[in-house]
Amino acid sequence: MRTSRRAVLALAVLPAAAAAATEEALNVAIREAVGDAAIEDGGIVLSVPTIAENGGQVPLTVLVDSPMTAADHATAIHVFATRNPTPGVASFRLTPWLARAEVQTRIRLAEDQRIVVLAQFSDGRVRRATAELRVTTGGCLS
Amino acid sequence: MTRPLSAPRIRIPRSARPGEVIEIRTLIEHPMETGLRHDGGAAIPRDMLNRLLVRMNGETVLAVDVRNGTAANPYHVFFVRMERTSSFEFTWTDEAGRIARAEARVTVA
Repeated sequence: MRTSRRAVLALAVLPAAAAAATEEALNVAIREAVGDAAIEDGGIVLSVPTIAENGGQVPLTVLVDSPMTAADHATAIHVFATRNPTPGVASFRLTPWLARAEVQTRIRLAEDQRIVVLAQFSDGRVRRATAELRVTTGGCLS
Repeated sequence: MTRPLSAPRIRIPRSARPGEVIEIRTLIEHPMETGLRHDGGAAIPRDMLNRLLVRMNGETVLAVDVRNGTAANPYHVFFVRMERTSSFEFTWTDEAGRIARAEARVTVA
Protein backbone atom coordinates (compact mmCIF):
# COMPACT_ATOMS: atom_id res chain seq x y z
CA MET A 1 0.00 0.00 0.00
CA ARG A 2 1.31 3.40 -0.95
CA THR A 3 1.17 5.93 1.86
CA SER A 4 0.90 9.53 0.74
CA ARG A 5 2.90 12.28 2.37
CA ARG A 6 -0.35 13.84 3.53
CA ALA A 7 -1.40 10.63 5.28
CA VAL A 8 1.95 10.40 7.07
CA LEU A 9 1.58 13.96 8.33
CA ALA A 10 -1.96 13.22 9.48
CA LEU A 11 -0.73 10.21 11.46
CA ALA A 12 2.10 12.26 12.96
CA VAL A 13 -0.24 14.84 14.43
CA LEU A 14 -2.97 12.43 15.49
CA PRO A 15 -1.66 11.55 18.99
CA ALA A 16 -1.35 15.23 19.92
CA ALA A 17 -4.78 16.07 18.54
CA ALA A 18 -6.35 13.33 20.61
CA ALA A 19 -4.65 14.45 23.82
CA ALA A 20 -7.45 16.29 25.59
CA ALA A 21 -7.05 17.04 29.28
CA THR A 22 -8.32 14.25 31.48
CA GLU A 23 -11.00 14.66 34.11
CA GLU A 24 -8.25 14.06 36.66
CA ALA A 25 -6.09 16.90 35.29
CA LEU A 26 -9.10 19.20 35.52
CA ASN A 27 -9.78 18.22 39.12
CA VAL A 28 -6.12 18.71 40.05
CA ALA A 29 -6.12 22.17 38.45
CA ILE A 30 -9.34 23.11 40.28
CA ARG A 31 -7.99 21.97 43.64
CA GLU A 32 -4.69 23.79 43.04
CA ALA A 33 -6.72 26.96 42.43
CA VAL A 34 -9.25 26.81 45.27
CA GLY A 35 -7.99 24.15 47.69
CA ASP A 36 -10.54 22.04 49.54
CA ALA A 37 -13.25 24.72 49.71
CA ALA A 38 -16.83 23.61 49.00
CA ILE A 39 -17.95 24.74 45.55
CA GLU A 40 -21.46 26.11 45.08
CA ASP A 41 -23.15 26.93 41.77
CA GLY A 42 -24.45 30.39 40.97
CA GLY A 43 -23.59 34.06 41.43
CA ILE A 44 -21.60 34.26 38.19
CA VAL A 45 -22.68 35.42 34.74
CA LEU A 46 -20.51 33.63 32.18
CA SER A 47 -20.91 34.95 28.63
CA VAL A 48 -19.46 33.01 25.71
CA PRO A 49 -20.74 32.34 22.20
CA THR A 50 -22.82 29.18 21.78
CA ILE A 51 -20.84 28.38 18.64
CA ALA A 52 -17.24 29.56 18.28
CA GLU A 53 -16.30 29.74 14.59
CA ASN A 54 -12.60 30.19 15.41
CA GLY A 55 -11.47 28.20 18.44
CA GLY A 56 -8.25 30.24 18.49
CA GLN A 57 -9.99 33.45 19.56
CA VAL A 58 -13.13 32.91 21.61
CA PRO A 59 -14.44 35.95 23.53
CA LEU A 60 -15.23 35.31 27.19
CA THR A 61 -16.81 37.62 29.76
CA VAL A 62 -17.14 36.74 33.44
CA LEU A 63 -19.18 38.89 35.81
CA VAL A 64 -19.23 37.81 39.44
CA ASP A 65 -21.88 39.09 41.83
CA SER A 66 -19.82 40.95 44.48
CA PRO A 67 -19.91 44.43 46.04
CA MET A 68 -16.08 44.62 45.68
CA THR A 69 -15.60 46.38 49.01
CA ALA A 70 -12.55 45.88 51.22
CA ALA A 71 -14.67 43.74 53.58
CA ASP A 72 -16.52 41.73 50.93
CA HIS A 73 -15.05 41.12 47.49
CA ALA A 74 -14.22 38.49 44.93
CA THR A 75 -10.52 37.68 45.23
CA ALA A 76 -10.05 35.53 42.13
CA ILE A 77 -11.69 34.23 38.97
CA HIS A 78 -10.31 30.98 37.53
CA VAL A 79 -11.14 29.73 34.04
CA PHE A 80 -10.72 26.10 32.96
CA ALA A 81 -11.24 24.26 29.68
CA THR A 82 -12.41 20.66 30.01
CA ARG A 83 -11.37 19.37 26.57
CA ASN A 84 -8.17 21.26 25.76
CA PRO A 85 -4.79 19.48 25.94
CA THR A 86 -4.33 21.19 29.35
CA PRO A 87 -7.16 22.62 31.49
CA GLY A 88 -5.67 25.96 32.59
CA VAL A 89 -6.88 29.09 30.78
CA ALA A 90 -6.24 31.96 33.21
CA SER A 91 -6.55 33.06 36.83
CA PHE A 92 -7.52 36.66 37.56
CA ARG A 93 -6.47 38.02 40.97
CA LEU A 94 -8.97 40.73 41.84
CA THR A 95 -8.80 43.59 44.33
CA PRO A 96 -11.36 46.07 45.71
CA TRP A 97 -9.82 48.70 43.40
CA LEU A 98 -11.91 47.12 40.66
CA ALA A 99 -15.34 48.72 40.26
CA ARG A 100 -16.91 45.32 39.65
CA ALA A 101 -15.77 41.72 39.50
CA GLU A 102 -15.86 41.60 35.72
CA VAL A 103 -13.15 40.52 33.32
CA GLN A 104 -13.17 40.02 29.57
CA THR A 105 -10.57 38.09 27.60
CA ARG A 106 -10.17 35.75 24.62
CA ILE A 107 -9.50 32.08 25.05
CA ARG A 108 -8.67 29.15 22.78
CA LEU A 109 -10.55 25.90 22.58
CA ALA A 110 -9.45 22.71 20.84
CA GLU A 111 -12.91 21.24 20.30
CA ASP A 112 -16.54 21.31 21.51
CA GLN A 113 -16.46 21.46 25.29
CA ARG A 114 -17.61 22.81 28.62
CA ILE A 115 -15.93 25.83 30.22
CA VAL A 116 -15.72 25.94 34.01
CA VAL A 117 -15.35 29.24 35.88
CA LEU A 118 -14.73 29.45 39.62
CA ALA A 119 -14.91 32.60 41.73
CA GLN A 120 -13.25 32.89 45.14
CA PHE A 121 -14.41 35.42 47.72
CA SER A 122 -12.78 37.22 50.65
CA ASP A 123 -14.88 35.16 53.11
CA GLY A 124 -13.55 31.90 51.63
CA ARG A 125 -16.64 30.97 49.58
CA VAL A 126 -16.17 29.48 46.11
CA ARG A 127 -18.83 29.64 43.40
CA ARG A 128 -19.00 28.00 39.98
CA ALA A 129 -20.50 28.60 36.56
CA THR A 130 -20.22 26.45 33.45
CA ALA A 131 -21.03 26.90 29.75
CA GLU A 132 -21.11 24.50 26.82
CA LEU A 133 -19.57 25.68 23.56
CA ARG A 134 -19.41 24.24 20.09
CA VAL A 135 -16.17 24.93 18.23
CA THR A 136 -16.14 24.97 14.42
CA THR A 137 -12.35 25.13 13.96
CA GLY A 138 -10.15 24.06 16.87
CA GLY A 139 -7.68 26.64 18.13
CA CYS A 140 -5.04 24.77 20.11
CA LEU A 141 -3.20 22.42 17.80
CA SER A 142 -3.92 23.78 14.35
CA MET B 1 13.65 33.38 21.35
CA THR B 2 15.72 36.47 22.03
CA ARG B 3 13.34 38.96 20.46
CA PRO B 4 11.93 41.54 22.88
CA LEU B 5 8.25 41.52 23.77
CA SER B 6 6.19 43.75 21.51
CA ALA B 7 4.85 47.10 22.69
CA PRO B 8 1.49 46.67 24.45
CA ARG B 9 -1.56 48.71 23.51
CA ILE B 10 -3.75 50.27 26.20
CA ARG B 11 -7.14 51.87 25.72
CA ILE B 12 -7.97 54.04 28.73
CA PRO B 13 -9.71 57.42 29.06
CA ARG B 14 -7.43 60.40 29.71
CA SER B 15 -9.88 61.89 32.18
CA ALA B 16 -12.81 60.91 34.37
CA ARG B 17 -15.26 62.48 36.81
CA PRO B 18 -14.89 61.63 40.53
CA GLY B 19 -16.54 58.25 41.15
CA GLU B 20 -16.78 57.39 37.46
CA VAL B 21 -16.19 53.79 36.41
CA ILE B 22 -13.75 53.58 33.51
CA GLU B 23 -13.13 50.68 31.15
CA ILE B 24 -9.51 49.70 30.55
CA ARG B 25 -8.57 47.49 27.58
CA THR B 26 -5.13 45.98 27.07
CA LEU B 27 -3.65 44.02 24.18
CA ILE B 28 -0.16 42.68 23.59
CA GLU B 29 0.91 40.93 20.43
CA HIS B 30 2.31 37.55 21.40
CA PRO B 31 2.04 34.05 19.83
CA MET B 32 1.32 32.31 23.19
CA GLU B 33 2.99 29.23 21.73
CA THR B 34 2.26 26.33 24.09
CA GLY B 35 4.90 23.91 22.83
CA LEU B 36 2.12 21.40 22.08
CA ARG B 37 1.83 22.26 18.38
CA HIS B 38 3.84 20.52 15.70
CA ASP B 39 5.15 21.82 12.43
CA GLY B 40 5.81 18.91 10.07
CA GLY B 41 6.65 16.61 12.97
CA ALA B 42 8.89 18.94 14.98
CA ALA B 43 7.40 20.55 18.08
CA ILE B 44 7.20 24.35 17.92
CA PRO B 45 9.10 25.60 21.00
CA ARG B 46 7.09 26.92 23.92
CA ASP B 47 6.96 30.73 24.10
CA MET B 48 4.40 31.97 26.62
CA LEU B 49 3.58 35.04 28.61
CA ASN B 50 2.72 34.14 32.18
CA ARG B 51 1.44 37.31 33.83
CA LEU B 52 -0.14 40.71 33.41
CA LEU B 53 0.11 42.96 36.45
CA VAL B 54 -1.86 46.21 36.66
CA ARG B 55 -1.01 48.78 39.32
CA MET B 56 -2.68 52.08 40.14
CA ASN B 57 -0.58 54.56 42.13
CA GLY B 58 1.72 51.67 43.04
CA GLU B 59 -1.07 49.40 44.35
CA THR B 60 -2.07 46.19 42.61
CA VAL B 61 -5.45 46.46 40.90
CA LEU B 62 -5.47 43.21 38.93
CA ALA B 63 -3.06 40.37 38.24
CA VAL B 64 -3.75 37.82 35.53
CA ASP B 65 -1.93 34.50 35.41
CA VAL B 66 -2.28 33.39 31.80
CA ARG B 67 -2.03 29.72 30.86
CA ASN B 68 -2.20 27.56 27.74
CA GLY B 69 -5.88 28.28 27.13
CA THR B 70 -5.38 32.05 26.78
CA ALA B 71 -5.51 33.03 23.12
CA ALA B 72 -2.59 34.49 21.17
CA ASN B 73 -2.28 38.29 21.47
CA PRO B 74 -3.68 38.35 25.01
CA TYR B 75 -6.53 40.82 25.44
CA HIS B 76 -7.98 41.88 28.76
CA VAL B 77 -10.76 44.27 29.77
CA PHE B 78 -11.60 45.40 33.31
CA PHE B 79 -13.27 48.26 35.16
CA VAL B 80 -11.96 50.68 37.77
CA ARG B 81 -13.79 53.36 39.76
CA MET B 82 -11.80 56.61 39.70
CA GLU B 83 -11.64 58.70 42.86
CA ARG B 84 -8.58 60.83 42.10
CA THR B 85 -6.03 61.50 39.40
CA SER B 86 -4.06 58.29 39.10
CA SER B 87 -1.12 56.68 37.36
CA PHE B 88 -1.47 53.19 35.94
CA GLU B 89 1.36 50.79 35.24
CA PHE B 90 0.87 47.65 33.15
CA THR B 91 3.55 44.94 33.19
CA TRP B 92 3.60 41.72 31.18
CA THR B 93 6.17 39.03 31.89
CA ASP B 94 6.95 35.90 29.92
CA GLU B 95 8.28 32.54 31.08
CA ALA B 96 11.80 33.55 30.04
CA GLY B 97 11.66 36.61 32.32
CA ARG B 98 11.23 39.21 29.59
CA ILE B 99 9.12 42.23 30.47
CA ALA B 100 6.92 44.67 28.56
CA ARG B 101 5.59 47.80 30.25
CA ALA B 102 3.09 50.53 29.56
CA GLU B 103 1.95 53.51 31.60
CA ALA B 104 -1.10 55.74 31.56
CA ARG B 105 -2.43 58.64 33.57
CA VAL B 106 -6.09 59.40 34.20
CA THR B 107 -6.94 62.91 35.34
CA VAL B 108 -9.93 63.12 37.68
CA ALA B 109 -11.68 66.49 37.91
